Amino acid sequence: MVPIISIILGLLVGALVMIFSGYNPVNGYIALWNGIFGDAYAIGETIRQISPYILAGLAVAFAFRTGLFNIGVEGQLMVGWFAAAYVGSAFTMPMYIHLPLSLLAAAAAGALWGLIPGLLKAKFRVHEVIVTIMMNYIALHVVNALIKTVSGGGFKTEKIQPTASLRSDFLSNLTDYSTLHYGIFIALSMVIVMWFILEKTKTGFELKSVGFNENASHYAGMNVNKNIVLSMIISGAFAGLGGAMEALGTFGNMTSRGGFTGIGFDGIAVALLGANTPLGVIFGASLFGSLKYGANNMPNAANIPLEIVSIVIALIIFFVASGYIIRVAILRMNKKKEAK
Amino acid sequence: MSKRKYGLALSLVLAASALLGACGTDKDKEKDTSSSTGGNASDFSIAMVTDVGGIDDKSFNQSAWEGIKQFGKDHNMSEGDGGYAYLQSKDDSDYTPNLNALTRRDFDLVFGVGFLMEDAINTIAEQQKETNYAIIDGVVDQPNVASILFKEQEGAYLAGVAAALMTKTDKIGFVGGMEIPVIERFEAGFVAGVAAVKPDLKVDVKYTGSFDDAALGKAAAGRMYSSGIDIIFHAAGGTGNGVFSEAKERKEADKNADVWVIGVDSDQYEEGKVGEENITLTSMLKRVDVAVQDISNLAKEGKFPGGETKVYGLHDDGVALADSRGAIPQDVLDQVEEYKQKIADGEIEVPEFAK
Repeated sequence: MVPIISIILGLLVGALVMIFSGYNPVNGYIALWNGIFGDAYAIGETIRQISPYILAGLAVAFAFRTGLFNIGVEGQLMVGWFAAAYVGSAFTMPMYIHLPLSLLAAAAAGALWGLIPGLLKAKFRVHEVIVTIMMNYIALHVVNALIKTVSGGGFKTEKIQPTASLRSDFLSNLTDYSTLHYGIFIALSMVIVMWFILEKTKTGFELKSVGFNENASHYAGMNVNKNIVLSMIISGAFAGLGGAMEALGTFGNMTSRGGFTGIGFDGIAVALLGANTPLGVIFGASLFGSLKYGANNMPNAANIPLEIVSIVIALIIFFVASGYIIRVAILRMNKKKEAK
Repeated sequence: MSKRKYGLALSLVLAASALLGACGTDKDKEKDTSSSTGGNASDFSIAMVTDVGGIDDKSFNQSAWEGIKQFGKDHNMSEGDGGYAYLQSKDDSDYTPNLNALTRRDFDLVFGVGFLMEDAINTIAEQQKETNYAIIDGVVDQPNVASILFKEQEGAYLAGVAAALMTKTDKIGFVGGMEIPVIERFEAGFVAGVAAVKPDLKVDVKYTGSFDDAALGKAAAGRMYSSGIDIIFHAAGGTGNGVFSEAKERKEADKNADVWVIGVDSDQYEEGKVGEENITLTSMLKRVDVAVQDISNLAKEGKFPGGETKVYGLHDDGVALADSRGAIPQDVLDQVEEYKQKIADGEIEVPEFAK
């Protein structure tokens, strides 16, 4: 109930913004709707957009469950992107080795980027928020330098071999030449993996326990430091796979970047919207991904400037995130009625 | 009681959304028929996709859009389907969907503004052979794509000559965006131009790594002006706006401060206004608008240069220096003119790559 009211409220306030700036909100929302679900192409692109969001959301959520705030998903995603693009383009081998290897390289690169803040936290109690933020910048510039090196002074890596690609003619034809790729299945299977680790294994129990109370876990005989490092590694691996979505699916290479992709930071919101549960992340990512992609159609079909669109989308997400306020409001309303 | 109310509200919303959805498809159909019957005076239509800098970046994207608007005006076209339009990219994953959206709206010619769009245009040109594409600052080898390049180094060379003649502190700076071939051409030409006048003067070159971060540009400019540099040439799109704001702040604080900016791509005179004063020395024009109109005209006449690469330089006004509006004295302008002549005559070969 509450999420639905939140979305409606967000849409209403967004409509007010459009009215006050002189645009027709009905046309705007029709454009948004069509941008997300309008035709096969739009649906394909929306799903494509959701895939990396799921993985970024999982990465944040997983670390959260162990009581770690991994803001470094952005950086882990970028090193994963590069690793997948490099392995995907530099080697020639059959697909059943090449594709898994490229994915593995991305996960490993992301894990490595998560390992460093994990170790620093475990060994020296350096707060992971500071380290991961800084690791983002290191990732951005290291990756740019690496792109320059491997491309011999250029600004983008070679296109990946078809044997490493997640794209398929089948999905492409199905969705009218959209860039939809098999990454969504990888993302969804990782959702199951996260659920399995957390709920069905001893390690997962320990990880969660450390998240609830470090001291109690320590007293119970768990190795807290080991769990912190492990959590960051797994979190980083999820993020790295998110980068692989971009490398092996959407773009097929990596271009040197002027700034962050934003996917990693949005991942924080995705995880929070999803209450840090695997299933919740799917919903959070779907909301973020479809709004982000669908919003592009508002300037295209309804002539609403991108700046207004950004405000409207931000409002919708804001209201969804502030579901707590709405819950309190409902509670108050009910109480008043009872008093009468 | 309340639960039932919410249920009612929910079903109302669902009903409304279903209705709206229906409206949507109707509307689209209407639109389709109106554009196919031709509400526009011309049956030729053009559109463009911006790079991440946005349509109002006061340089590159804006210049391309001005060109498209001018072309539309010249041919009695109106903004919208069947006429001319643009879409902005927030992110590099928007290139393909944006190009696709415009293709689907049946524009005859779609411009991709910026080298970053090379891959996206290459892919879509292969899929959509009916539509013509043009890429600015990049090269795509497809029969339905025209590639547009500029000899930025020639214009930058003149800017370098002017800067070297105008500097009082004998210190000059260059603020670049990302270290990519296009921007490196700006740097190479600028440095060569400065060296032609003052061989001992070393240009302070700083790449910010970004085209849309004004704060980075401001920081770089702040450092340069503090180190005694009095003229900065920026080739950094939106990042360059920070160079302007730093210079303007310094001018505001001290009217006699010797701070100048050389603008890029468009005439950035308006950017440099500080009350009565102006800190824009001149701008190196990169006439993306001229190129856009040129290609559009060719396409309209059925002579679209598909598969070709067109290079615009000094000789065909593809690059030039803007009117300095008195900031540069006539004798310096005369000297700049001499160099311009020499380049046009082929007497000076401006290097394309930074040393």
